[in-house]
Amino acid sequence: MAEKAVLHFKNIKKSFSGNLVLDGVDFDIYPGQVVALAGENGAGKSTLMNILFGMSVIQETGGYEGEIEFEGQTVKISSPQEAMELGIGMVHQEFMLIPGFTVARNIKLNRENVTPTMIGKFVGRSLDLLDTRQIVEDASEALERLGMEINPEEIVEKLPVGHMQFVEIAREIDKSNLKLLVLDEPTAVLTESEADRFLECIRQVADEGIAVIFISHRLDETMKLADKVIILRDGQMVFEAKTKDTSKNQIAELMVGRKIEADSMVNVNRQFDDQDIILDLQHFSVNMPGEKCRDISLKVRRGEILGIGGLAGHGKTSISNGIFGMYPARGTVLLDGQALHYEKNGEALKHAMAFVSEDRKGVGLLLDEPISLNMVYTDMRTHGSYLKKRGFFTQFDEKAAEKSVNDMIKELDIRCTSGKQLVGRLSGGNQQKVCVARALLTNPKILFVSEPTRGIDIGAKQILLNYLVKINKELGITIIMTSSELNELRTICDRIAIVSSGTVQGILKPDAPNIEFALLMSGEKGGRE
Amino acid sequence: MEKVRERVQSFGFPRLLIMAFLCLLIIMMFLLKIPVPLTLSQCIVRIGINMVLSLAMVPGIMAGTGMNFALPLGIECGLIAGMISLETNMTGVPGILAAMMISVPMSIVVGWVYSLLINRVKGSEMMVSTYTGFSVVAIMCIGWLVLPFHNESIVWPIGDGLRTTITLEKWYDRALNRLFAFEIVGVEIPVGLILAVVIFCVLMWLFMRSKTGMMMKAAGANPEFARANGIRVDSMRTLATILSTVLGGIGIIIYAQGFGFYQLYNAPLMMAFPAIAACLIGGATPRRISVFNVVIGTVMFQSLLAIATPVANGLIPEGNLSEVVRTIVSNGIILYALSHMQGGKR
Repeated sequence: MAEKAVLHFKNIKKSFSGNLVLDGVDFDIYPGQVVALAGENGAGKSTLMNILFGMSVIQETGGYEGEIEFEGQTVKISSPQEAMELGIGMVHQEFMLIPGFTVARNIKLNRENVTPTMIGKFVGRSLDLLDTRQIVEDASEALERLGMEINPEEIVEKLPVGHMQFVEIAREIDKSNLKLLVLDEPTAVLTESEADRFLECIRQVADEGIAVIFISHRLDETMKLADKVIILRDGQMVFEAKTKDTSKNQIAELMVGRKIEADSMVNVNRQFDDQDIILDLQHFSVNMPGEKCRDISLKVRRGEILGIGGLAGHGKTSISNGIFGMYPARGTVLLDGQALHYEKNGEALKHAMAFVSEDRKGVGLLLDEPISLNMVYTDMRTHGSYLKKRGFFTQFDEKAAEKSVNDMIKELDIRCTSGKQLVGRLSGGNQQKVCVARALLTNPKILFVSEPTRGIDIGAKQILLNYLVKINKELGITIIMTSSELNELRTICDRIAIVSSGTVQGILKPDAPNIEFALLMSGEKGGRE
Repeated sequence: MEKVRERVQSFGFPRLLIMAFLCLLIIMMFLLKIPVPLTLSQCIVRIGINMVLSLAMVPGIMAGTGMNFALPLGIECGLIAGMISLETNMTGVPGILAAMMISVPMSIVVGWVYSLLINRVKGSEMMVSTYTGFSVVAIMCIGWLVLPFHNESIVWPIGDGLRTTITLEKWYDRALNRLFAFEIVGVEIPVGLILAVVIFCVLMWLFMRSKTGMMMKAAGANPEFARANGIRVDSMRTLATILSTVLGGIGIIIYAQGFGFYQLYNAPLMMAFPAIAACLIGGATPRRISVFNVVIGTVMFQSLLAIATPVANGLIPEGNLSEVVRTIVSNGIILYALSHMQGGKR
C-alpha cells in the first residue's frame, strides 16, 4: 500500500488516576482497509476510541500521551464535533437514532438540506426551510450504496431492529467527507443473517476507499471481514498481523493472554459429589436490560465455588439478579430439590442465600448510612437480628450490631475510622468488603458474588478472593461467582461456566487451555467439562 | 477561616440566617416594649399546635416519597372527624380524643387510596402531591356544602352547608392546652398540649428505630438496595403515605383546639407549606429527616412568626407586614431547599 495512511496512532498512552489503561498503542490504517480491534472487556478498546473522538472524559482525566496523525497531519481532537469535521464517523453498539423521525431525517440529522428563506437570511440557517425532497433523495442514495432496500420515509421506530444498524451506517457514509468509520460491536444486536448482510455492507463501504476500524467479539466475523487484526490486552498492543497470516485460534488465545501459573489455581482438583446438587437451574431466563439471559440450565454442587464467566452484555450477571427477584425471570430454580419462588421479593434471602451485587453503589450500599447499618441490614430484615423488644416496639439494638460489625471490620481488614463512618466515604475496595460482610452476616448456605473485584485495587482484590476461598473451605458455603475477569475465576473456582448469548456455552475446569475459554466466549459451542 | 466555613456549612446557611433574624426580632421586641410573657405564651402554643403537622412529613421523606404536599388530604379527614365530634356534641379533652379516633380510620383509607396514586408516579411525587392537595381542598369545598350535618351551631343559619369558621367555645376550645396548665412569671405553660406533642414525637422516634422504620428508611434511601434485601418498596411507600395522612388528621385536630376554631373550605389549601418550611428550616432535606429536625424547625419557624407579628405591627401599625414576612420566609425556604435537590439527586 503506497498510499498515505488515513490514521496513525503513535505510541498512545493513557492512564486513569495512575492506572495505565493504554500503554504504547501504535498502528496505522490505510484507505479501504478494515482493521479489526480485538480484546477482552477492559483491554482498552473503548478508551482508544474515546481518545480518537475527543470525548470529554479523556480531557477530564488528564488527557493522553502520544500523537494521533490524521492524513499525515498531527491532530489534537478535543471534541466529537472536531472528529466529525475531520471525517471520522462512528456507529455505536446501541442505536443512536431518534425513534420518532423518519429514516431519511435520521440519516440527515443536523446536516439537512435546506431551502433558504427570507427570515433565514437574517437570522441564520436554523430558520431555513427543510428541503424534504432532497433529504429523501440523499437518504435513498446512501441506502442504495449499502445495497439496502429500506423506505427512507418510514419511521425508524417501525423498522425491524436489524435494519436500524444499517440506517446508522447510511448516516455515516452520507457524510461526504467520511474517511474513517469506527464500528463498535455493530453486530451484537443483529441476527446471523443480518450480520452477514451487514458485513457485506461494510466491505462495500471499505471498497469505496473508506478506512474502517471494526470492534467485535465475534471471531468469525473478524476473520471474514478484516484485512488486519490488532489485539489489545491490558492496554498493550500484543499482536498485529494480516488476517490471512493468522488463525482464529491464535487470536482467541492471544485475547485471553496471560498464562496463569498452575499453582495459583487453588481449587483445580477438589472432588465433589455430582449427585449432591444444592442449586439446580432449569431453562432459567431473566429479562435484565442489557444483560438478558435466555435459557440457562446449570447444576451447582454442594460446597463448590462455581464461576460464571463471559463477555459483558451476554447475560452472565442476570442469573443472580434473577434469582434474587431484581428482574422478571422465568424457568425453574430448585434449591435442595425444592422449587424456589424467586419472583417473590426476599424469598431467596429467606432460604439462606445471599447476594453481593455487581452494582456496588446502585444496589449494594446505602451510601449515606454508616458502615454498621449497611452491614446489618440484610440480617435484620431476614432474621430480625439486632433488634430488641421494647413493649410494642422492636428497637434497633446498636450494641449487638456494633459487636458483629467490629468483628467483620477486623476479619476483612476494612480500612475505616470506625463502624460509624459513612460508607460513601470509603474506597471502592472497602465498600466491596462491606457488601461481602453484609452477605456473610446472614449466615448463607449459598453466596452469590457478582463482579467482586470491579474497580478496586489489587491489595483489596487479593484479600477478597482469599476470603472467599476461606469461607468456602471453613464454613462450607457454596459460592457462585460471576466475573468478567477470567483469571480471577480461574484462581479460585472449581468449575467455570461460560455464558454467551444468554446461554451456558459450556463448563470448563480452571486449568483448561485459554483457547477453549476464548472460543466459548465468542459463542462457539463445543465446550466440555 | 476554613473551620468557620465548614461549621456554617454543616449548620446550614439558611438556618443561620433565620437564627439571626429571630435574634433581631427578639431585640426589637424588647425595644418596642411588647409584652414579653404574652408573646412567649403565644409562641409556645403556636409551636405546639403546629408540631404534629410538621411531624407528618417524616414518614414520607423516610420512604422516599419526599415532602408530603398532599397533607390537606389528612387535614380534610381530621376536619370531617372534627365536624362529627361537634355534631354529636362531644366536649372537653375526651371530645378531642374522640375526634382523633374518628379521623384515624378515615385517614387510613384515604391514605391507602392516595398511595396507589403515589406508587404510580415515582420520581415526581412532590409535584403530584401538590396538586392532589389542592384538588382535594376544592372537592371538599363542595363536600362541606352537601355533607349531612344538622347541628345548628355548625351549619349556616340560612341555606345549606357548614360555616366557614366554627368557634369551639361550646365544645373543646383549648381543652388540651388548659389540661394541667400553669403559669410561671406570666407565661402560660400548656402542659396538656406539650405532653401530647411529646408523645407523638417520641412515638415517631421509636418508629424510626423499629424494624419497619429501618426498612422504610432503606426503601427511601435506595429502592434498589431495599429490593435486593427483600423489602417491598411499594408497601413501605404505602405505609408511609398512610402514616403521614393519619398524622395530618390528628395534627389538624390539635391545631384547631389550640387555635380555637375549625376552619373549613379554603383554609387547608396552603397548610402543608408552613409544615414543610418548618421541617426544612430544621435541617431536613427532601431525602433525609429526623425528629430533631422537625422539633428544632418548628420551634424556629413558629417563634419567628409569633414574634414577627407584634414586632411588625409595632413598627408599622397599619397593614399586614407580618403576613408578608411569613409568606416570604416560608415559601422562600421551600424554594431554597428544593433548588438544592439538584434534580432528585442528593
